[in-house]
Amino acid sequence: MASDTYAAAAKGVSRHQAIAFALMLAFFVIAPVAGLYPVFLMKVMCFALFACAFNLLIGFGGLLSFGHAMFLGTAGYASAHAAKVWGFPPELAILFATACAALLGLVTGLLAIRRQGIYFAMITLALAQMVYFFYLQAPFTGGEDGIQAVQRGKLFGLVELGTAAGMYPLVLAVFIGGFLLIWRIVHSPFGQVLKAIRENEARATSLGYDTDRYKLVAYVLSATLSGLAGGTKALVFQLASLTDVYWTMSGEVVLMTLVGGLGTLFGPVVGAAIIISMQNYLAQIGAWVTVVQGAIFVVCVMAFRRGVVGEIAHWMKKPL
Amino acid sequence: MEIFGIPTQALFGQLLIGLINGSFYALLSLGLAVIFGLLNIINFTHGAQYMMGAFVAYLLLNKLGLGYWWALLFAPIAVGATGMVIERLMLSKLYKLDHLYGLLLTFGIALIMEGLFRNEYGSSGLPYPAPSQLTGGQNLGFMFLPNYRAWVIVASLIVCLGTWYAIERTRLGAYLRAATENPQLVQAFGINVPRMITLTYGFGVALAAFAGVMAAPIYQVSPQMGANLIIVVFAVVVIGGMGSILGSVVTGFGLGLIEGLTKVFYPEASNTVIFVIMAIVLLIKPAGLFGTQK
Repeated sequence: MASDTYAAAAKGVSRHQAIAFALMLAFFVIAPVAGLYPVFLMKVMCFALFACAFNLLIGFGGLLSFGHAMFLGTAGYASAHAAKVWGFPPELAILFATACAALLGLVTGLLAIRRQGIYFAMITLALAQMVYFFYLQAPFTGGEDGIQAVQRGKLFGLVELGTAAGMYPLVLAVFIGGFLLIWRIVHSPFGQVLKAIRENEARATSLGYDTDRYKLVAYVLSATLSGLAGGTKALVFQLASLTDVYWTMSGEVVLMTLVGGLGTLFGPVVGAAIIISMQNYLAQIGAWVTVVQGAIFVVCVMAFRRGVVGEIAHWMKKPL
Repeated sequence: MEIFGIPTQALFGQLLIGLINGSFYALLSLGLAVIFGLLNIINFTHGAQYMMGAFVAYLLLNKLGLGYWWALLFAPIAVGATGMVIERLMLSKLYKLDHLYGLLLTFGIALIMEGLFRNEYGSSGLPYPAPSQLTGGQNLGFMFLPNYRAWVIVASLIVCLGTWYAIERTRLGAYLRAATENPQLVQAFGINVPRMITLTYGFGVALAAFAGVMAAPIYQVSPQMGANLIIVVFAVVVIGGMGSILGSVVTGFGLGLIEGLTKVFYPEASNTVIFVIMAIVLLIKPAGLFGTQK
């Protein structure tokens, strides 16, 4: 029985998901040519990857982290510092940033998985706040100013990344690579065990799975991919700042995933696109953005728990 | 006079600030624990409701001319009433779902409230005077103790112990504890459990508003005053565990004191010390100092 499920899971890719993926890829390839602002699209892709990584944990592992900003922000600082102060080439800066986030994920994960449910959310939030205070005081982060004017450099010493035309393909490749990796993880035997733990942890334990280890691996993977997004984002904006480590950022990634659809593959991408567009268009109304975001939270939780992609998938009766 | 090379004046001054902070940690974590016990949700709006308590006091004074003592009475009632409305209209629809939805809902409500107050009053703090009866202070010989601060510590201790007494020693508290254990059975005995849940949430929220009024003369009244505080209180709750009322009170005051001491001996760590303690407690006793692992 189990091996059957694994075989089906390993095959994994349904036709609908393949079509949805092709549409998404086509959109991000054509959109900059069609006249959408490339920096905006790159921002959407970075946050989409961030939200997908977050969703790996909540959507497939059932663990709600309220501290994911610490990975985004840490990777941002690591990548900006490596590129600006140490003169790392961009590919190494992003790799270094991803590794830093993975390490932070390992340390905080070992603590956080010791409690479940609501406590897990509170612990991750508190740990992230500790990381925030650390960066607020640490000398290398530049405090309130952040690390500014980071050089993007040349990719592999060949491709000049200074222009949007150079940077865009890199961000696209990082996003698509990360997305496919998450897709693969979700459909792997590991992903199936993770879902089993989400549904019924005691049962998974009784079947002989070391649930803590699975949860830790999922947590570290999620942190690592969030780091990949954060490291790339810092190069896109040539800036690493406290905004990316603050708890509001942790809330935003929850919101993106919730709007798009918890536990769906494409939901976080759609959610990130919606929330980033909304922030862009509502930028002039200042603090009202917070109110609007809070209202979206309330509406989603009360009446729209499946999210946009979840509703479509429900209507089509196919997983997306 | 010096202790460990620190002037006693500075040492006791920071300890006093630690006790004050501890009073607020205790009051807020107590409210969270009471709500969590019956509703099984973590009230993320708690910080915003603390802020609203302070704003009700500010508005009563500036619009109606009602002073501190009226605010101490009216703010908890008003904010507690809004809490009960939220519970009836929204939270009560979520009890059958995963408890995380309750967390997300209250987070959303907190964003709305803080955003609304920021639009109306800006981000800078507004001053609120201490009541005339409590201005001035006592010279204790080794330090100067402002009357208002002494009042905050005493009042919060009284409220905390009163809450403990009400829950652990009265008939109503017995119903409450029984409903925490097994709501179906208690309902079968003819007790209106849904109404009890609403009142409990209202009471927890009222505690937050009460803390907000008490905080108004010490910290300034500002829309963000609750946001960062609530994260520290979450850490306090994780350290203490939410199993026991007295446990959350003791943990609250204790951590306030430790934070105050850190400010004296190693100021750089004063923002993070509580989180570090949380990490250590998670390693040694994951259920929290006074908690029981379910």
